Amino acid sequence: MGEDKAARRVVLSSADIGRTLARMAHEITEKNPDVSSLALVGIITRGAPLARRMAEKICAITGVEIPVGGLDVTFYRDDLARKGPNLNASPTDIPFDISGKTVILVDDVLFTGRTIRSAIDAIMDLGRPGRIQLAALLDRGHRELPIRADYIGKNIPTSRDELVKVRVREIDGEDAAVILGGANG
Amino acid sequence: MAEPVLAAFRGRHLLSISDLSADEISGLINTAHRFVEVSEREVKKLPTLRGKTVVNLFFEPSTRTRTSFEIAGKRLSADVINISAQSSSVLKGETFKDTVLNVASMNPDALVIRHPSPGTPLYASKIAGCSVINGGDGAHAHPTQALLDMMTIMEHGKSLQNIRVSIIGDVLHSRVARSNIAAFKMFDAKITVCGPKTLMPPDVGSLGVRVTHDISEAVREAEVIMMLRIQTERMAQGLFPSLREYSAQFCLDSRVMKKARPDAIVMHPGPINRGIEISSEVADGPYSVILDQVAHGVAMRMAVLYLLCGGAEQ
Repeated sequence: MGEDKAARRVVLSSADIGRTLARMAHEITEKNPDVSSLALVGIITRGAPLARRMAEKICAITGVEIPVGGLDVTFYRDDLARKGPNLNASPTDIPFDISGKTVILVDDVLFTGRTIRSAIDAIMDLGRPGRIQLAALLDRGHRELPIRADYIGKNIPTSRDELVKVRVREIDGEDAAVILGGANG
Repeated sequence: MAEPVLAAFRGRHLLSISDLSADEISGLINTAHRFVEVSEREVKKLPTLRGKTVVNLFFEPSTRTRTSFEIAGKRLSADVINISAQSSSVLKGETFKDTVLNVASMNPDALVIRHPSPGTPLYASKIAGCSVINGGDGAHAHPTQALLDMMTIMEHGKSLQNIRVSIIGDVLHSRVARSNIAAFKMFDAKITVCGPKTLMPPDVGSLGVRVTHDISEAVREAEVIMMLRIQTERMAQGLFPSLREYSAQFCLDSRVMKKARPDAIVMHPGPINRGIEISSEVADGPYSVILDQVAHGVAMRMAVLYLLCGGAEQ
Protein backbone atom coordinates (compact mmCIF):
# COMPACT_ATOMS: atom_id res chain seq x y z
CA MET A 1 0.00 0.00 0.00
CA GLY A 2 2.31 2.71 1.26
CA GLU A 3 -0.34 5.33 0.57
CA ASP A 4 -1.08 8.00 3.10
CA LYS A 5 -4.78 7.80 3.91
CA ALA A 6 -5.20 11.54 4.07
CA ALA A 7 -3.37 12.07 0.79
CA ARG A 8 -5.29 13.21 -2.22
CA ARG A 9 -5.26 10.82 -5.14
CA VAL A 10 -6.07 12.40 -8.50
CA VAL A 11 -8.39 10.26 -10.60
CA LEU A 12 -8.99 12.82 -13.37
CA SER A 13 -6.62 15.63 -14.33
CA SER A 14 -7.71 18.88 -15.88
CA ALA A 15 -6.96 17.52 -19.37
CA ASP A 16 -8.83 14.27 -18.55
CA ILE A 17 -11.90 16.26 -17.51
CA GLY A 18 -11.86 18.23 -20.79
CA ARG A 19 -11.59 15.06 -22.87
CA THR A 20 -14.19 13.24 -20.80
CA LEU A 21 -16.75 16.02 -21.13
CA ALA A 22 -16.14 16.11 -24.90
CA ARG A 23 -16.71 12.35 -25.13
CA MET A 24 -19.88 12.59 -23.08
CA ALA A 25 -21.13 15.42 -25.31
CA HIS A 26 -20.64 13.15 -28.33
CA GLU A 27 -22.51 10.31 -26.63
CA ILE A 28 -25.40 12.62 -25.82
CA THR A 29 -25.73 13.76 -29.43
CA GLU A 30 -25.51 10.17 -30.68
CA LYS A 31 -28.23 8.99 -28.35
CA ASN A 32 -30.44 12.04 -29.02
CA PRO A 33 -30.47 12.81 -32.76
CA ASP A 34 -33.09 15.51 -32.20
CA VAL A 35 -30.62 17.84 -30.52
CA SER A 36 -33.08 20.73 -30.48
CA SER A 37 -35.22 18.92 -27.90
CA LEU A 38 -32.32 18.71 -25.44
CA ALA A 39 -31.95 20.73 -22.26
CA LEU A 40 -29.08 20.38 -19.80
CA VAL A 41 -29.74 20.83 -16.12
CA GLY A 42 -26.77 20.77 -13.77
CA ILE A 43 -27.31 19.88 -10.13
CA ILE A 44 -26.05 22.70 -7.93
CA THR A 45 -23.31 23.11 -6.92
CA ARG A 46 -20.73 21.46 -9.19
CA GLY A 47 -23.07 19.90 -11.70
CA ALA A 48 -24.05 23.38 -12.89
CA PRO A 49 -20.72 24.47 -14.42
CA LEU A 50 -20.21 20.97 -15.84
CA ALA A 51 -23.61 21.23 -17.59
CA ARG A 52 -22.65 24.60 -19.07
CA ARG A 53 -19.40 23.21 -20.44
CA MET A 54 -21.13 20.17 -21.85
CA ALA A 55 -23.68 22.40 -23.58
CA GLU A 56 -20.86 24.40 -25.17
CA LYS A 57 -19.31 21.20 -26.47
CA ILE A 58 -22.65 20.00 -27.86
CA CYS A 59 -23.00 23.36 -29.58
CA ALA A 60 -19.50 23.00 -31.04
CA ILE A 61 -20.39 19.56 -32.41
CA THR A 62 -23.88 20.27 -33.75
CA GLY A 63 -24.11 24.05 -34.04
CA VAL A 64 -27.25 23.97 -31.90
CA GLU A 65 -27.48 26.09 -28.73
CA ILE A 66 -28.80 23.95 -25.92
CA PRO A 67 -30.66 25.60 -23.03
CA VAL A 68 -28.79 25.14 -19.74
CA GLY A 69 -29.99 25.56 -16.18
CA GLY A 70 -28.98 24.89 -12.60
CA LEU A 71 -31.15 22.90 -10.20
CA ASP A 72 -30.98 23.13 -6.42
CA VAL A 73 -32.38 20.07 -4.67
CA THR A 74 -32.06 21.23 -1.04
CA PHE A 75 -35.79 21.22 -0.33
CA TYR A 76 -36.26 17.79 -1.92
CA ARG A 77 -33.57 15.93 0.00
CA ASP A 78 -34.44 13.00 2.26
CA ASP A 79 -31.70 13.67 4.84
CA LEU A 80 -33.11 16.89 6.33
CA ALA A 81 -33.63 15.29 9.74
CA ARG A 82 -30.03 14.03 9.77
CA LYS A 83 -28.21 16.98 8.29
CA GLY A 84 -30.45 19.82 9.44
CA PRO A 85 -31.61 22.81 7.44
CA ASN A 86 -29.38 24.65 4.98
CA LEU A 87 -30.14 28.36 4.87
CA ASN A 88 -27.51 29.17 2.26
CA ALA A 89 -28.63 27.14 -0.72
CA SER A 90 -28.35 28.74 -4.17
CA PRO A 91 -31.49 29.32 -6.17
CA THR A 92 -32.65 27.04 -8.94
CA ASP A 93 -32.09 28.81 -12.25
CA ILE A 94 -33.93 27.17 -15.12
CA PRO A 95 -34.92 30.02 -17.43
CA PHE A 96 -36.80 27.89 -19.96
CA ASP A 97 -39.83 25.61 -20.14
CA ILE A 98 -38.81 22.01 -19.59
CA SER A 99 -42.12 20.57 -20.79
CA GLY A 100 -41.61 18.04 -23.56
CA LYS A 101 -37.80 18.44 -23.43
CA THR A 102 -35.28 15.68 -23.04
CA VAL A 103 -33.77 16.90 -19.80
CA ILE A 104 -30.27 15.66 -19.11
CA LEU A 105 -29.41 15.95 -15.43
CA VAL A 106 -25.71 16.57 -14.92
CA ASP A 107 -23.93 15.83 -11.66
CA ASP A 108 -20.29 15.58 -10.68
CA VAL A 109 -20.33 12.39 -8.61
CA LEU A 110 -22.94 9.63 -8.69
CA PHE A 111 -22.93 7.82 -5.33
CA THR A 112 -26.01 6.62 -3.41
CA GLY A 113 -28.46 7.94 -6.02
CA ARG A 114 -30.39 9.91 -3.42
CA THR A 115 -29.46 13.31 -4.87
CA ILE A 116 -30.69 12.14 -8.28
CA ARG A 117 -33.97 10.95 -6.76
CA SER A 118 -34.43 14.45 -5.26
CA ALA A 119 -33.50 16.04 -8.59
CA ILE A 120 -36.08 14.00 -10.49
CA ASP A 121 -38.78 15.08 -8.02
CA ALA A 122 -37.66 18.71 -8.25
CA ILE A 123 -37.74 18.63 -12.08
CA MET A 124 -41.21 17.09 -12.08
CA ASP A 125 -42.51 20.02 -10.00
CA LEU A 126 -41.30 22.45 -12.67
CA GLY A 127 -43.07 20.85 -15.61
CA ARG A 128 -43.49 17.64 -17.54
CA PRO A 129 -40.29 16.74 -19.37
CA GLY A 130 -40.52 14.32 -22.28
CA ARG A 131 -37.63 12.30 -20.91
CA ILE A 132 -35.02 12.57 -18.18
CA GLN A 133 -31.51 11.19 -18.67
CA LEU A 134 -28.53 11.30 -16.34
CA ALA A 135 -24.91 12.24 -16.95
CA ALA A 136 -22.29 11.94 -14.20
CA LEU A 137 -18.60 12.75 -14.46
CA LEU A 138 -17.75 10.08 -11.90
CA ASP A 139 -19.64 6.98 -10.83
CA ARG A 140 -18.26 5.71 -7.56
CA GLY A 141 -20.81 2.95 -6.91
CA HIS A 142 -22.60 2.20 -3.62
CA ARG A 143 -26.08 2.87 -4.98
CA GLU A 144 -28.94 2.80 -2.47
CA LEU A 145 -31.70 3.32 -5.04
CA PRO A 146 -32.40 1.74 -8.44
CA ILE A 147 -30.77 4.59 -10.38
CA ARG A 148 -28.12 4.42 -13.10
CA ALA A 149 -26.48 6.99 -15.34
CA ASP A 150 -26.95 7.14 -19.11
CA TYR A 151 -23.57 8.81 -19.57
CA ILE A 152 -20.59 8.21 -17.29
CA GLY A 153 -17.26 9.99 -17.45
CA LYS A 154 -15.37 7.43 -15.43
CA ASN A 155 -16.19 4.53 -13.12
CA ILE A 156 -14.04 4.54 -10.03
CA PRO A 157 -14.09 1.83 -7.39
CA THR A 158 -14.18 3.41 -3.94
CA SER A 159 -14.81 2.37 -0.40
CA ARG A 160 -17.80 3.90 1.31
CA ASP A 161 -15.87 6.11 3.69
CA GLU A 162 -13.65 7.68 1.07
CA LEU A 163 -14.43 11.22 0.00
CA VAL A 164 -14.64 11.81 -3.73
CA LYS A 165 -14.46 15.43 -4.82
CA VAL A 166 -14.69 17.01 -8.23
CA ARG A 167 -13.10 20.43 -8.32
CA VAL A 168 -14.06 22.79 -11.13
CA ARG A 169 -12.25 25.95 -12.15
CA GLU A 170 -15.45 28.10 -12.04
CA ILE A 171 -15.81 27.43 -8.31
CA ASP A 172 -12.55 25.94 -7.02
CA GLY A 173 -10.03 27.56 -9.36
CA GLU A 174 -8.85 24.23 -10.82
CA ASP A 175 -10.18 21.21 -12.66
CA ALA A 176 -9.51 17.87 -10.97
CA ALA A 177 -11.27 14.82 -9.60
CA VAL A 178 -9.68 13.55 -6.42
CA ILE A 179 -10.17 10.93 -3.75
CA LEU A 180 -9.43 12.10 -0.25
CA GLY A 181 -8.71 9.35 2.28
CA GLY A 182 -11.21 7.65 4.57
CA ALA A 183 -13.66 8.97 7.11
CA ASN A 184 -11.00 10.84 9.06
CA GLY A 185 -9.21 12.08 5.94
CA MET B 1 -43.46 5.00 31.93
CA ALA B 2 -43.37 7.79 29.49
CA GLU B 3 -40.38 10.11 29.65
CA PRO B 4 -41.21 13.73 30.38
CA VAL B 5 -41.30 15.44 26.99
CA LEU B 6 -39.22 18.32 28.27
CA ALA B 7 -36.10 16.20 28.56
CA ALA B 8 -36.52 14.68 25.13
CA PHE B 9 -36.72 17.91 23.15
CA ARG B 10 -33.46 19.36 21.91
CA GLY B 11 -34.74 21.50 19.06
CA ARG B 12 -35.07 25.23 18.77
CA HIS B 13 -37.69 27.87 19.42
CA LEU B 14 -38.31 31.30 17.94
CA LEU B 15 -39.59 33.37 20.84
CA SER B 16 -37.91 36.65 20.03
CA ILE B 17 -35.37 38.03 17.58
CA SER B 18 -32.59 37.35 20.08
CA ASP B 19 -32.97 33.62 19.35
CA LEU B 20 -31.33 34.30 15.99
CA SER B 21 -27.88 35.50 14.91
CA ALA B 22 -27.42 38.11 12.20
CA ASP B 23 -26.11 35.35 9.93
CA GLU B 24 -29.21 33.27 10.53
CA ILE B 25 -31.43 36.25 9.76
CA SER B 26 -29.59 36.70 6.46
CA GLY B 27 -29.93 32.97 5.83
CA LEU B 28 -33.66 33.06 6.55
CA ILE B 29 -34.07 35.97 4.13
CA ASN B 30 -32.07 34.09 1.49
CA THR B 31 -34.19 30.97 2.00
CA ALA B 32 -37.45 32.92 2.04
CA HIS B 33 -36.42 34.59 -1.21
CA ARG B 34 -36.27 31.13 -2.75
CA PHE B 35 -39.72 30.28 -1.40
CA VAL B 36 -41.17 33.34 -3.16
CA GLU B 37 -40.42 31.56 -6.41
CA VAL B 38 -42.28 28.46 -5.19
CA SER B 39 -45.32 30.58 -4.30
CA GLU B 40 -45.43 31.83 -7.90
CA ARG B 41 -45.31 28.37 -9.47
CA GLU B 42 -48.23 26.39 -10.77
CA VAL B 43 -47.41 23.62 -8.28
CA LYS B 44 -46.99 25.67 -5.10
CA LYS B 45 -45.66 22.88 -2.98
CA LEU B 46 -42.40 21.42 -1.77
CA PRO B 47 -42.08 18.04 -0.04
CA THR B 48 -39.64 19.41 2.55
CA LEU B 49 -41.71 19.02 5.75
CA ARG B 50 -43.74 15.99 4.73
CA GLY B 51 -44.91 14.15 7.83
CA LYS B 52 -44.45 17.15 10.13
CA THR B 53 -47.36 18.65 12.06
CA VAL B 54 -47.69 22.35 12.82
CA VAL B 55 -50.37 23.58 15.22
CA ASN B 56 -51.51 27.20 15.18
CA LEU B 57 -52.69 28.02 18.68
CA PHE B 58 -54.30 31.46 18.58
CA PHE B 59 -55.70 33.13 21.67
CA GLU B 60 -56.15 36.46 19.90
CA PRO B 61 -57.84 37.34 16.63
CA SER B 62 -55.65 37.25 13.54
CA THR B 63 -56.14 36.91 9.82
CA ARG B 64 -52.73 37.59 8.37
CA THR B 65 -50.43 35.75 10.75
CA ARG B 66 -52.59 32.66 11.16
CA THR B 67 -53.35 32.31 7.45
CA SER B 68 -49.74 33.02 6.62
CA PHE B 69 -48.43 30.26 8.90
CA GLU B 70 -51.10 27.90 7.63
CA ILE B 71 -50.25 28.48 3.96
CA ALA B 72 -46.53 28.38 4.77
CA GLY B 73 -46.82 24.99 6.46
CA LYS B 74 -48.97 23.58 3.69
CA ARG B 75 -46.64 24.77 0.92
CA LEU B 76 -43.91 22.76 2.64
CA SER B 77 -46.23 19.70 2.87
CA ALA B 78 -46.61 19.85 6.66
CA ASP B 79 -50.01 19.14 8.16
CA VAL B 80 -51.36 22.32 9.72
CA ILE B 81 -54.05 22.41 12.38
CA ASN B 82 -55.66 25.64 13.60
CA ILE B 83 -56.98 26.07 17.10
CA SER B 84 -58.47 29.39 18.11
CA ALA B 85 -59.49 30.28 21.64
CA GLN B 86 -62.99 31.18 20.50
CA SER B 87 -63.72 27.64 19.38
CA SER B 88 -61.72 25.63 21.92
CA SER B 89 -62.06 24.36 25.47
CA VAL B 90 -60.56 27.66 26.62
CA LEU B 91 -64.20 28.78 26.62
CA LYS B 92 -64.95 26.03 29.12
CA GLY B 93 -62.26 27.38 31.41
CA GLU B 94 -59.31 25.26 30.39
CA THR B 95 -56.05 26.91 31.42
CA PHE B 96 -53.29 27.89 29.00
CA LYS B 97 -51.04 25.24 30.54
CA ASP B 98 -53.58 22.46 30.06
CA THR B 99 -54.36 23.56 26.52
CA VAL B 100 -50.65 23.46 25.62
CA LEU B 101 -50.07 20.11 27.35
CA ASN B 102 -53.06 18.54 25.62
CA VAL B 103 -52.09 19.80 22.19
CA ALA B 104 -48.48 18.75 22.85
CA SER B 105 -49.64 15.22 23.68
CA MET B 106 -50.72 14.85 20.07
CA ASN B 107 -47.08 15.16 19.03
CA PRO B 108 -46.86 18.25 16.86
CA ASP B 109 -43.45 19.33 15.57
CA ALA B 110 -44.14 23.03 16.02
CA LEU B 111 -46.59 25.17 17.91
CA VAL B 112 -47.27 28.68 16.69
CA ILE B 113 -48.66 30.67 19.59
CA ARG B 114 -50.40 34.02 19.62
CA HIS B 115 -51.52 35.27 23.01
CA PRO B 116 -52.36 38.64 24.60
CA SER B 117 -50.04 37.98 27.54
CA PRO B 118 -46.29 38.54 27.07
CA GLY B 119 -44.20 35.49 27.88
CA THR B 120 -46.81 32.83 27.14
CA PRO B 121 -44.80 31.36 24.22
CA LEU B 122 -41.73 31.19 26.48
CA TYR B 123 -43.75 29.33 29.08
CA ALA B 124 -45.17 27.00 26.43
CA SER B 125 -41.66 26.28 25.14
CA LYS B 126 -40.76 24.84 28.55
CA ILE B 127 -43.62 22.36 28.65
CA ALA B 128 -44.53 21.58 25.03
CA GLY B 129 -41.65 19.30 24.02
CA CYS B 130 -41.63 20.71 20.48
CA SER B 131 -40.55 23.88 18.72
CA VAL B 132 -42.52 26.94 19.75
CA ILE B 133 -42.84 29.95 17.47
CA ASN B 134 -44.04 33.23 18.89
CA GLY B 135 -46.82 34.51 16.65
CA GLY B 136 -47.18 37.66 18.76
CA ASP B 137 -47.41 37.84 22.56
CA GLY B 138 -48.97 40.99 23.97
CA ALA B 139 -46.70 44.00 23.65
CA HIS B 140 -43.59 41.79 23.84
CA ALA B 141 -42.50 40.39 20.49
CA HIS B 142 -43.55 39.35 17.02
CA PRO B 143 -40.33 38.00 15.53
CA THR B 144 -41.68 36.68 12.23
CA GLN B 145 -43.15 40.11 11.46
CA ALA B 146 -39.72 41.70 11.91
CA LEU B 147 -38.16 39.04 9.68
CA LEU B 148 -40.68 39.52 6.89
CA ASP B 149 -40.25 43.29 7.17
CA MET B 150 -36.50 42.93 6.72
CA MET B 151 -37.03 40.61 3.80
CA THR B 152 -39.43 43.10 2.16
CA ILE B 153 -36.84 45.85 2.51
CA MET B 154 -34.22 43.68 0.81
CA GLU B 155 -36.61 42.62 -1.94
CA HIS B 156 -36.98 46.33 -2.68
CA GLY B 157 -33.30 46.58 -3.43
CA LYS B 158 -32.18 48.05 -0.13
CA SER B 159 -29.42 46.78 2.09
CA LEU B 160 -30.12 46.30 5.80
CA GLN B 161 -26.71 47.51 6.87
CA ASN B 162 -26.90 51.07 8.26
CA ILE B 163 -30.39 51.58 6.82
CA ARG B 164 -32.44 54.55 8.07
CA VAL B 165 -35.74 53.33 9.48
CA SER B 166 -38.47 55.42 11.09
CA ILE B 167 -41.07 53.66 13.20
CA ILE B 168 -44.14 55.82 13.71
CA GLY B 169 -47.17 55.45 15.96
CA ASP B 170 -48.01 53.58 19.15
CA VAL B 171 -44.51 52.35 19.95
CA LEU B 172 -45.42 51.69 23.58
CA HIS B 173 -47.87 48.86 22.88
CA SER B 174 -46.27 47.54 19.72
CA ARG B 175 -44.65 44.12 19.67
CA VAL B 176 -43.90 44.80 16.01
CA ALA B 177 -41.85 47.88 16.94
CA ARG B 178 -40.01 46.00 19.66
CA SER B 179 -39.04 43.08 17.42
CA ASN B 180 -38.12 45.35 14.55
CA ILE B 181 -35.88 47.52 16.71
CA ALA B 182 -34.11 44.41 18.02
CA ALA B 183 -33.68 43.01 14.52
CA PHE B 184 -32.55 46.22 12.80
CA LYS B 185 -30.03 46.97 15.52
CA MET B 186 -28.24 43.75 14.60
CA PHE B 187 -27.53 45.40 11.24
CA ASP B 188 -26.48 48.76 12.70
CA ALA B 189 -29.58 50.47 11.34
CA LYS B 190 -30.25 54.10 12.23
CA ILE B 191 -33.64 53.93 13.88
CA THR B 192 -35.99 56.81 14.66
CA VAL B 193 -39.18 56.32 16.63
CA CYS B 194 -41.98 58.84 16.47
CA GLY B 195 -45.32 59.24 18.23
CA PRO B 196 -47.05 61.05 21.06
CA LYS B 197 -45.10 61.16 24.31
CA THR B 198 -47.79 59.07 25.98
CA LEU B 199 -47.23 56.25 23.47
CA MET B 200 -43.46 56.02 23.93
CA PRO B 201 -42.03 53.31 26.16
CA PRO B 202 -40.57 54.79 29.38
CA ASP B 203 -37.21 53.16 28.60
CA VAL B 204 -37.09 54.55 25.05
CA GLY B 205 -33.87 56.38 25.88
CA SER B 206 -32.08 53.10 26.49
CA LEU B 207 -33.13 51.51 23.19
CA GLY B 208 -30.43 53.29 21.22
CA VAL B 209 -32.92 54.97 18.90
CA ARG B 210 -33.59 58.59 18.02
CA VAL B 211 -36.89 59.91 19.38
CA THR B 212 -39.01 62.61 17.80
CA HIS B 213 -42.60 63.74 18.19
CA ASP B 214 -42.73 65.40 14.79
CA ILE B 215 -43.77 63.14 11.93
CA SER B 216 -42.23 65.38 9.24
CA GLU B 217 -38.93 65.13 11.05
CA ALA B 218 -39.27 61.32 11.24
CA VAL B 219 -40.13 60.93 7.58
CA ARG B 220 -37.34 63.12 6.23
CA GLU B 221 -34.29 61.02 5.25
CA ALA B 222 -35.97 57.74 6.16
CA GLU B 223 -35.42 54.95 3.65
CA VAL B 224 -38.08 52.90 5.37
CA ILE B 225 -41.19 54.41 6.96
CA MET B 226 -42.81 51.86 9.19
CA MET B 227 -46.28 52.76 10.42
CA LEU B 228 -47.84 51.09 13.45
CA ARG B 229 -51.51 50.42 14.00
CA ILE B 230 -53.27 52.63 16.52
CA GLN B 231 -55.16 50.35 18.82
CA THR B 232 -58.37 52.33 19.26
CA GLU B 233 -58.98 50.69 22.61
CA ARG B 234 -56.02 52.71 23.93
CA MET B 235 -58.04 55.88 23.67
CA ALA B 236 -60.18 54.76 26.60
CA GLN B 237 -57.00 54.65 28.67
CA GLY B 238 -56.54 58.37 28.11
CA LEU B 239 -53.28 58.00 26.22
CA PHE B 240 -54.44 60.39 23.55
CA PRO B 241 -57.46 62.65 23.48
CA SER B 242 -59.20 61.64 20.26
CA LEU B 243 -58.53 59.76 17.07
CA ARG B 244 -59.02 63.02 15.19
CA GLU B 245 -56.34 64.75 17.16
CA TYR B 246 -54.04 61.76 16.78
CA SER B 247 -54.44 61.66 13.05
CA ALA B 248 -54.06 65.42 12.71
CA GLN B 249 -50.55 65.03 14.10
CA PHE B 250 -49.42 61.53 13.21
CA CYS B 251 -51.29 60.38 10.12
CA LEU B 252 -49.01 59.55 7.21
CA ASP B 253 -50.76 61.32 4.35
CA SER B 254 -49.60 62.71 1.03
CA ARG B 255 -48.81 66.07 2.62
CA VAL B 256 -46.30 64.39 4.95
CA MET B 257 -45.01 62.15 2.17
CA LYS B 258 -43.93 65.24 0.20
CA LYS B 259 -41.09 65.49 2.71
CA ALA B 260 -39.99 61.88 2.19
CA ARG B 261 -37.14 60.67 0.02
CA PRO B 262 -38.30 59.65 -3.45
CA ASP B 263 -36.96 56.13 -2.88
CA ALA B 264 -38.59 55.66 0.53
CA ILE B 265 -40.91 52.71 1.12
CA VAL B 266 -43.92 52.72 3.41
CA MET B 267 -44.69 49.65 5.51
CA HIS B 268 -47.48 48.70 7.88
CA PRO B 269 -47.94 45.36 9.67
CA GLY B 270 -51.73 45.53 9.24
CA PRO B 271 -54.56 45.72 9.87
CA ILE B 272 -54.52 49.36 8.78
CA ASN B 273 -56.86 52.03 10.09
CA ARG B 274 -57.44 54.07 6.95
CA GLY B 275 -57.46 57.77 7.70
CA ILE B 276 -56.13 57.35 11.23
CA GLU B 277 -52.45 56.39 11.11
CA ILE B 278 -52.21 56.25 7.32
CA SER B 279 -54.29 57.85 4.58
CA SER B 280 -55.79 55.72 1.83
CA GLU B 281 -53.81 57.67 -0.74
CA VAL B 282 -50.54 56.62 0.87
CA ALA B 283 -51.60 53.08 1.77
CA ASP B 284 -52.60 52.43 -1.83
CA GLY B 285 -49.97 54.70 -3.36
CA PRO B 286 -46.63 54.14 -5.06
CA TYR B 287 -44.52 54.20 -1.88
CA SER B 288 -46.58 51.52 -0.19
CA VAL B 289 -45.24 47.96 0.05
CA ILE B 290 -47.90 46.82 2.52
CA LEU B 291 -49.23 43.99 0.38
CA ASP B 292 -45.70 42.85 -0.48
CA GLN B 293 -45.19 42.43 3.26
CA VAL B 294 -48.13 40.04 3.33
CA ALA B 295 -46.85 38.08 0.34
CA HIS B 296 -43.36 37.86 1.82
CA GLY B 297 -44.88 36.81 5.13
CA VAL B 298 -45.77 33.42 3.68
CA ALA B 299 -42.28 32.90 2.27
CA MET B 300 -40.60 34.01 5.51
CA ARG B 301 -42.76 31.71 7.63
CA MET B 302 -41.87 28.87 5.30
CA ALA B 303 -38.21 29.64 5.99
CA VAL B 304 -38.83 29.76 9.75
CA LEU B 305 -40.69 26.44 9.73
CA TYR B 306 -37.93 24.94 7.60
CA LEU B 307 -35.30 26.12 10.09
CA LEU B 308 -37.15 24.92 13.19
CA CYS B 309 -38.82 21.72 11.97
CA GLY B 310 -36.04 20.78 9.60
CA GLY B 311 -34.36 18.55 12.15
CA ALA B 312 -31.99 18.69 14.59
CA GLU B 313 -28.56 19.24 15.83
CA GLN B 314 -26.55 22.05 14.32
